[in-house]
Amino acid sequence: MIHFILLFSRQGKLRLQKWYTTLPDKEKKKIVREIVQIVLARHQKTSSFVDWKDLKLVYKRYASLYFCCAIEDQDNELLTLEVVHRYVELLDRYFGNVCELDIIFNFEKAYFILDEFIIGGEVQDTSKRSAVKAIEDSDMLQETVEEYMNKPAF
Amino acid sequence: MPAVSKGDGMRGLAVFISDIRNCKSKEAEIKRINKELANIRSKFKGDKALDGYSKKKYVCKLLFIFLLGHDIDFGHMEAVNLLSSNRYTEKQIGYLFISVLVNSNSELIRLINNAIKNDLASRNPTFMGLALHCIANVGSREMAEAFAGEIPKILVAGDTMDSVKQSAALCLLRLYRTSPDLVPMGDWTSRVVHLLNDQHLGVVTAATSLITTLAQKNPEEFKTSVSLAVSRLSRIVTSASTDLQDYTYYFVPAPWLSVKLLRLLQCYPPPEDPAVRGRLTECLETILNKAQEPPKSKKVQHSNAKNAVLFEAISLIIHHDSEPNLLVRACNQLGQFLQHRETNLRYLALESMCTLASSEFSHEAVKTHIETVINALKTERDVSVRQRAVDLLYAMCDRSNAQQIVAEMLNYLETADYSIREEIVLKVAILAEKYAVDYTWYVDTILNLIRIAGDYVSEEVWYRVIQIVINRDDVQGYAAKTVFEALQAPACHENLVKVGGYILGEFGNLIAGDPRSSPLIQFNLLHSKFHLCSVPTRALLLSTYIKFVNLFPEIKTTIQDVLRSDSQLKNADVELQQRAVEYLRLSTIASTDILATVLEEMPPFPERESSILAKLKKKKGPGTVTDLEEIKKERSSDMNGSAEPASVNASAVSTPSPSADLLGLGAAPLTNSAPPPSSSGSLLVDVFSDSASAVAPLAPGSDDNFASPDLASSEVVSEEPADTVHDADELFHKFVCKNNGVLFENQLLQIGLKSEFRQNLGRMFIFYGNKTSTQFLNFTPTVICSDDLQPSLNLQTKPVDPTVDGGAQVQQVVNIECVSDFMEAPILNIQFSPKQEVQNIFKAKHPMDAEITKAKIIGFGSALLEEVDPNPANFVGAGIIHTKTTQIGCLLRLEPNLQAQMYRLTLRTSKEAVSQRLCELLSEQF
Repeated sequence: MIHFILLFSRQGKLRLQKWYTTLPDKEKKKIVREIVQIVLARHQKTSSFVDWKDLKLVYKRYASLYFCCAIEDQDNELLTLEVVHRYVELLDRYFGNVCELDIIFNFEKAYFILDEFIIGGEVQDTSKRSAVKAIEDSDMLQETVEEYMNKPAF
Repeated sequence: MPAVSKGDGMRGLAVFISDIRNCKSKEAEIKRINKELANIRSKFKGDKALDGYSKKKYVCKLLFIFLLGHDIDFGHMEAVNLLSSNRYTEKQIGYLFISVLVNSNSELIRLINNAIKNDLASRNPTFMGLALHCIANVGSREMAEAFAGEIPKILVAGDTMDSVKQSAALCLLRLYRTSPDLVPMGDWTSRVVHLLNDQHLGVVTAATSLITTLAQKNPEEFKTSVSLAVSRLSRIVTSASTDLQDYTYYFVPAPWLSVKLLRLLQCYPPPEDPAVRGRLTECLETILNKAQEPPKSKKVQHSNAKNAVLFEAISLIIHHDSEPNLLVRACNQLGQFLQHRETNLRYLALESMCTLASSEFSHEAVKTHIETVINALKTERDVSVRQRAVDLLYAMCDRSNAQQIVAEMLNYLETADYSIREEIVLKVAILAEKYAVDYTWYVDTILNLIRIAGDYVSEEVWYRVIQIVINRDDVQGYAAKTVFEALQAPACHENLVKVGGYILGEFGNLIAGDPRSSPLIQFNLLHSKFHLCSVPTRALLLSTYIKFVNLFPEIKTTIQDVLRSDSQLKNADVELQQRAVEYLRLSTIASTDILATVLEEMPPFPERESSILAKLKKKKGPGTVTDLEEIKKERSSDMNGSAEPASVNASAVSTPSPSADLLGLGAAPLTNSAPPPSSSGSLLVDVFSDSASAVAPLAPGSDDNFASPDLASSEVVSEEPADTVHDADELFHKFVCKNNGVLFENQLLQIGLKSEFRQNLGRMFIFYGNKTSTQFLNFTPTVICSDDLQPSLNLQTKPVDPTVDGGAQVQQVVNIECVSDFMEAPILNIQFSPKQEVQNIFKAKHPMDAEITKAKIIGFGSALLEEVDPNPANFVGAGIIHTKTTQIGCLLRLEPNLQAQMYRLTLRTSKEAVSQRLCELLSEQF
C-alpha cells in the first residue's frame, strides 16, 4: 500500500500531502522535511526509487512539481510511477492543462480527485472516466464569471 | 487569478490564497494569517447565523492555513455542521476538514460518526462515497468500532452501486489494517471472494486488494480465491489490447488489476489443481513472451505498465520456485534488463535477481551475470542502483566466487557512499567468515575492512574476528603475526588496536620467538598507541598487559612500572584506575601458577549465530536477509556452522555470557573474579573505606585465658587508638589448631602468619600486605610482651622496612623462646601512616548540626558528595586546589560521633603537606 503521497515544488514548497497511515502532526512535518530534501538532492538521470527507512520512495517530476509516493517493499515500483501519472492525467482532465497554480488555488479539488482514485493507500479505480465523473457530477452547476465576481472577496 | 472554476467557486478563498502568495516575508504571511483567523473566529462567534456557502468557505480557509503548517484549534464544530448539509460541495468540504484534522475529541467523534451513519444510510451513492472515504482516511479505532460491522454488509449487498462497493472494499481494508480484531470474519467473506468474478473491473480491482490482505492472515478461508484469480488473470492476459476499454492503460490491459491478482497469488503455493496450475503457467509464459514483442507505443507509460506486470509475474515465479523453466526464463529476462538504458529497469532487475539468486534452480543462472553486476557497482551513477548491486553480489555469493566478490566489495568500499558503508562492512564480514576456506584469508579480509573503513566496523565485527581466532588454533599464529605487522603503521584505526591488543594478549607468545617481535617490542608497540586511544580501548590494553605478565615474565617489571605510573594508578577514569590497581596487585602477589590460571588462554566461544548477521538483519529489516541465509545454509555446509564443543573450562577470567558483550568489555572489568577483591563502589569510598569500620567499638584485649606454650597471641592496633579490629579475636582462635593462615585483614592491610615450632623454640613469619595502591610510611610493627609475660616468653623481632609499597608485602621474622607456661598473649602493635593521608580526631567545638557542617564544607570550597559514604552520617567532600604550577586534588571525610561529641577528620590530597595543612585548618572549624 501507499503510505503517503507528497506534492512539492522545486523550491521545496509542499503543495499537497496525503497520509494513509496515522501519524502525529509533528512526525509528519519531520518526514516531509526529510523527504523533500532527499528527493531534491537527487540528480537527474538517476532511478526514480530511493530506499527510505522501511519504505521505498517512488517519485517523478512534472514541470515544476515533484510527485512522491512512499510504498512498501513488496509494492510494485513501476506501477506506482503510473499511479502518479494517472493522477496527473486526472488533474489534467479536470483542470484542463493542469499547472502548479491550479493545485494551489484549488487544493480541495486536488484532494477530492485523489480520494476518488486512491482510498486507504490502494488504487480504487483506474478508469479515468469513473474517477473524474464523481467530481464532475458535483460540478454540474456551472457558474458564470459574473456570478463568481459577485461573490464577496473575503 | 485562476480560471474561474467549475461548480461553486469560492472567491474569498482565492483572494486569500493570492494574498498569502503575495506576502514578501514569513512575518507578513503570519500577520495576514492571524488577521484571517481573527476574522473567521468573529464570523463563527457572531450572532448572525452563517449560510452554508460562508461556512464552507471559512472552513476551507482554515484547512488551507493548516496545510501551510499552522496550528488550527477551532472550526471543528462548523466542519461537523457542514457534514449534515444537503449540498454536496458543503458536505465534501466538511468531510475533507475532518479527514485532515482528525480530533480525538470524543464529543466530536460521536457527532461525526452520527453524520457518517446518516450518509451511509442515505442510499445516495455520492454521499455514501464521501462517508466511506472519511472512514478510510481517519481509520481510527473509534470508527472501526462504529462501522466495522456495517461496511461488510454494504460491500456484499446485491443492490449496492459499483462505485460504493469499491469504496466499501478499500474502506474495510483500511479498518482491517488498523484494527483487525474489530473486523469480524463471517458469511460475507465467501461473497467477497466472488467479487473477483464481478463484471465491473473497478470492483474487481478494489476487491482484490482487500482479499489479498485478508488472505495473508487467513489463507484457508480465502483459498478459493486462487482459481478465480487465475481465470481472471488469464482473461486479461489473453485479451486484445482494446478489449478492456477504459481499463486498458497505454495499450496494456488492466495493469493494476493484473499486478494485484499476481500479488494475491503470491499468498499461496502453486495451485494444486493441475488445470488451474496449467492455466497459470500459460499466463506467466504469455507475460514473458510479451516482453519480447516490440512495444506497441514508445511512451514510457506503456513500457512501465508492461514491465510492472512482468516484474510482478517474475516475483510470483520466484515465490513458487517450482518451475525451473520459468525461473531460467525469468533470469534471462532480468539479465537483459541489467544492461537496459533505463536506470529504473536496471535497478529493478538487480532487485529481482536478489531473490532469484536464492532459488536452487536459478542460482547458477544468476551467477553468470557477475561481471555485469560488478560493473554496475563501479559505474552506476545512482547510489540506489549501486546499493542493489551490493545486495545482489551478496546474494549470489557462494564458495566459488566468494574471493572475487569480497575483493570487489572491499574495492568499492574505498569510495562507497557513506550511507551504505556500514552495511557493506557487515556483508563483507559475513561473507568472509562464511566462505573462508582458509582462515588466513578471513583474517586478512577483516583487517583490510578495518583499514579501509575502520569507522564503520561495528563492535560485532571485531568481536567476531576475535571469537574465530580464539576458536581456531590453526590461525592464531598467523593472526598474531598479521596484527603485529598491521600495528606497525604509524596511524592505525583504533579498532585495529583493539583487535591487535586482544590477539597479542592471547597469542603474542606464538610470535615472540622472532627477535623482531620479541615480548618487549610487542609491548612497546601496543603501548605506543595507548595514549591515543579511548577509555574502552585503554581498558582492553591494560588487560593485554596483565596477560603479557603471564606470557612473558621477562617484561613483568616493565609492565609493572607502567601500571604503577601516576597516569594509571591515579587515572581520572574509575575503570582504568581500578584495572591498573588490580592488575598491578595481581602481578605482585600472585604466584606464577596462579597467574597462569587466572590469565589462561580464553576458552573457545560457544558457537552461535554470528552477531554480525543479527545486526545486518536488524539493519535490513526481517525478511530479506533471513530468507537468503536459510537457503544458503542448506546449500553449503557451513564451515563455522558445525559447532565446536562449547567449553566448560571456565577460567578465572570472566567467561563471557552468551549475551551481547562478547569480550566482557562492557562495564564489568575483565578480571572480575581475579584475586583482589574489587570494591566496585565509588572512588572516594574506596580510598577511605578502611575507616568505615571505625565506628565499631574498641576491640577487647585478649581476655581469654589461653595457655599455649608455643603460640604468640596477637592483637592488632593500628595507629589510631580508636581504630580497631573487631574480628581479630575470631581469627586468633584459628591458630589454636594450625600454624598458618590469615591473622587479620581489613581494607588496608592483610596480616598473615606462618610459624614453625620445635620443642621450646619457635619461629614465626609475619607477612604484612599493603592492600592499597599507595605506600605505607613509617611502617613499624612491634611485638610487645607485657611485664607479666616477659619472664615466661622471650621474643626477638627483626625490624622491617618502614615503607611498604602499594600492593607490596613485607615479611617480619619473630624468634620465640618459651621459658615457662603463660596465659596472656603478646600484643602486636602496628603503626603506619598511609601516604598523603592525614587524620585528626578532635572534640566538637560547635554544636554538631549536620546542615551547618554541610554548609561549612561547601563554604570551604569543596563539593559535598552525598551518598558515597556507606554511613549516611558521614560527610564526604572533594575539590581541587589550583595553583599556577600544579593542581592538587583533595578528598576529605568528616565522621561525627555524636555520643562522644567527637569528630574524625581525614584529608587526602596528592601532596602530603597540603593534607597536613588542610587538616589543621579544618580541625578548628567543627
